Amino acid sequence: MARALVLAWAFALLLLAAPASADEAIVLWHSYRGGEERALEELARAYEKEHPGLTIDVLAVPFEAYASKLEAAIPRAHGPDLFIQAHQWIGPYLDEHLVAPIGDALPDEDVAAFDAASVRAVTWEGVRYAVPLANKSLALYVNDALLPETPPSIEALAALAGSLPKGVYPLAYRATNSYYHAPFLHAFGGRLLDERGSFAFFGGEAAASLVFARDLMRRGAVPLEPSGALAKELFAEGRAAAAIDGPWLAPELGERASVHYRVEPLPPAVTGGPPMQPLLTVEAAFVSPSGASRREVRALARWLGGREAGVVRALVGQQVVARADVWLDPRLAGEERLRAFAVAASRAVPMPATVSMQAAWEPANQAIQKVLNADADPELALAEAKRRFDDATRPLPPPASPLPLMLLFGLGLAALAVVAVRKSLDGGFRAEVKRSLPAYGYVTHAVVVVLLLVVFPLAAGALTSLFAGTRDDPRYVGLANYLAILTARGGPLLAHGSFYLTLAVTVLWTVANVTLHVAIGVSLGVLLSGALGRMRAVYRVVLILPWAVPSYVTALAWKGMFHRQLGAVNALLKLVDAPPVSWFSHFATAFAANVATNVWLGFPFMMVVTLGALTSIPKDVLEAAEVDGATRWQRFRLVTLPLLGPVLLPAVVLGSVWTFNMFNVVFLVSGGEPDGTTDILVSEAYRWAFTRDKQYGYAAAYAVLIFLLLAMVSRAFGQRRPTNSEELA
Amino acid sequence: MKRLEALLVHVALVAACAFAVYPLLWVVTLALSPHGPGTEARILPLATAPSLGNFRAVLGIGTAEGVWLFLGQLANSLVVSLATALVAILVATPAAYALARFRFVGARSGLRALLATQMFPAVASAVPLYLLLDALHLLDSRTGLVLVYASTAVPFAIFQLRGAFLAIPVDIEEAAMVDGATRARAFWLVVLPAARPALAVTALFAFMSAWNEFILAATLLSRKSAYTLPVVIQSYVQEQSTAWGPFAAGAILVSAPVMALFYLAQRQLVSGLTQGGVKG
Repeated sequence: MARALVLAWAFALLLLAAPASADEAIVLWHSYRGGEERALEELARAYEKEHPGLTIDVLAVPFEAYASKLEAAIPRAHGPDLFIQAHQWIGPYLDEHLVAPIGDALPDEDVAAFDAASVRAVTWEGVRYAVPLANKSLALYVNDALLPETPPSIEALAALAGSLPKGVYPLAYRATNSYYHAPFLHAFGGRLLDERGSFAFFGGEAAASLVFARDLMRRGAVPLEPSGALAKELFAEGRAAAAIDGPWLAPELGERASVHYRVEPLPPAVTGGPPMQPLLTVEAAFVSPSGASRREVRALARWLGGREAGVVRALVGQQVVARADVWLDPRLAGEERLRAFAVAASRAVPMPATVSMQAAWEPANQAIQKVLNADADPELALAEAKRRFDDATRPLPPPASPLPLMLLFGLGLAALAVVAVRKSLDGGFRAEVKRSLPAYGYVTHAVVVVLLLVVFPLAAGALTSLFAGTRDDPRYVGLANYLAILTARGGPLLAHGSFYLTLAVTVLWTVANVTLHVAIGVSLGVLLSGALGRMRAVYRVVLILPWAVPSYVTALAWKGMFHRQLGAVNALLKLVDAPPVSWFSHFATAFAANVATNVWLGFPFMMVVTLGALTSIPKDVLEAAEVDGATRWQRFRLVTLPLLGPVLLPAVVLGSVWTFNMFNVVFLVSGGEPDGTTDILVSEAYRWAFTRDKQYGYAAAYAVLIFLLLAMVSRAFGQRRPTNSEELA
Repeated sequence: MKRLEALLVHVALVAACAFAVYPLLWVVTLALSPHGPGTEARILPLATAPSLGNFRAVLGIGTAEGVWLFLGQLANSLVVSLATALVAILVATPAAYALARFRFVGARSGLRALLATQMFPAVASAVPLYLLLDALHLLDSRTGLVLVYASTAVPFAIFQLRGAFLAIPVDIEEAAMVDGATRARAFWLVVLPAARPALAVTALFAFMSAWNEFILAATLLSRKSAYTLPVVIQSYVQEQSTAWGPFAAGAILVSAPVMALFYLAQRQLVSGLTQGGVKG
């Protein structure tokens, strides 16, 4: 007992131990890894040495969580003083008051030393908001052995298809991604957004750029289903003569001795035509509103962008430093590739920093994908993309008066009060409550925990569905969000991405998954409970493995298995002479890929629950049935299954609810492809919140609708089958 | 006939095992490959030039902070996940028992409300939870993270355990109470031991839900030394490129303790099986 107490104490101490950092420390957040992270750490230590008494807390945040962490932390004063982020976030961050003018960290006398485009990129309405650190833009990686001389244009490069060794593509790049398509678009005179921030990716120029890209693919100059990984692998193994990619590819190639390559700015698309200008992203040091008021924070930002730090960032971090004078430093004499990237960046078009940029990627990608898959005519696909963008960024609904809702709320409260008073006057009810008292002793703490941690946060989340606009400046709009969703935003009710169509997909998704989960899980559980001898332990551990490895890794492994060219599934199909399948180009196959992944992830759960439930089935009942001459199947159907039912029911109900809301698998495996058709309701809600113009209220309305739907279904289910599920539903 | 049947069962289980393991072997292959997956689709997941470099990178061998940072983060993960399991079991067990055995005012509606909370997509409550932890001064602490994880683990544990208690025959505690035990003693001495397998499985579920989570952990924790392992692994994924090797190696390192834990929990399950558990 004493030992247990000591352990408990040690445990509690471990939980509470949270060493406070020094008050005066400068907190610096970034989402770098590898060389860039090392360079930043090294610089922070060097700066601390130069400034005794000052500490810099450098924190690497995973990219996936970075943007939302900044948004959550800065407004509540838990954020960094200084953070590194791409310049195109200025627009969104200004809306949410996450950044402040950089002030004397980038004074006029420093401006000349920086790349002019970089300074323009961090300037918004005449005010500078960050110190430019690194320029990232696409350039051409050229294999030295395959292409001693760089062809004068992409067209000329593609024409080499016949003369290169067999199996070598002239060019590899992520053709279906609009960031990678942008240089082609610019070369044909188009652009993604106009100066006012509206969608401009349509019309003749844009269509011409898509036709050009589609021809590259049709002629076999560019591989099909060109993911980033495929482009990298092809180039690294000498199976692509050139690749269009950013500076982030170089560190991954650097470890491989097999490929000798050079980097050059992008050539024109057609010989003699205008150059292909990639989009420019300027990674810059921003100050948060609290950090901006501290002189030492601004001084650090200025120093990080300075010449000396720039040399370290270039040498250690292999960064394309956004300062012209750094490239004059003799220590950088051998960095030919970095220099080429710097030249490429100087010709690039800064990415628009408006909020609408975030909303443009999805429709643009979908249009490109459709055209390259030859599913649609370019003009039509682009017109549709424009409609989708306009729909996602349409003006907020008008403010509504909160009076009706408050009245309703008040009436509800009053009704509740009346019921409570009447019940308390009812003697029978009072006696019942009295009899219930011992039970309340068992449940009180659970009620408190669930109310505080589950119900209140959800209720608060649900309330946001009545608002629109940014978090800082919410506007009460009543039920406008719900109305918009339920009327499919004024379009046809079964249009692409409408609530009803997505709901149908979600229902199909849930039914398919839960059926397979239960069928496979229960079968395996029952098989495992039979006499298996020594192998039982082995089976049990192996079958649980899918559940033991984090799903965010295994889901991506499944996505890889379904890749057209690299995937193992197509390799298996080849064994039986089946043609390769482009899994994510058709709804049925993409949906099947999602289901396969989720079934694989979920069956161990049902299996373990079944195993646990089987332990509670009295053995003598089964033995009695066997004595009575029941066959194995009869015993299973007539004894085991009815007894398993009630124990499995909560797991099945919860499993259905979770599958309905299973966002991860859809997001990681198909990502909604093709054309957003495999998205389920939750991933739709997620897109509204995070990729389409940050419409949190709209996303919350989706969440509430999902909730209402599930609640209604479970009620109906409970009424239909009162014996088993009455208490659950 | 019996032997053929047994053989068929083994064949089915081996096939299921192959299905379960195949994608994982690809993860192992990636983890062992110093470079990427190559350009040829292969059927057999075998690394062409296996090396442990990715594992060394994840473990921090050869970096300034060294392996201690990794061990500290492993300890964070363990502490947070164990605490989540503990909280879930402590809070849920009595409530689940009451919901299974007592008829009381509010039981049905309470259960219904609890199920309803599970129907809300978790995305909706992330920001309010952040505000709540902020108000409690529990941001950037393991306690806060445990509370957040408990918000998903407790409702599930209540359902799971209630089902288990319902499956335990009432007679056994009534027999104990006839022998003079109070309800609480009967619960403690008779019902809980009988529910041990279910408790083990429920604890395992709670542990797992905390062990693999990274978005909330990355949002709430703001010190490298406080990070849990999934946060560290997730940092190998970048906007434009993913370091597949270390990412896969990290996943394998993270899942090793879970496999060990399942092995232990399995013995609980087996003991439940062999004891005959609860006879009516």
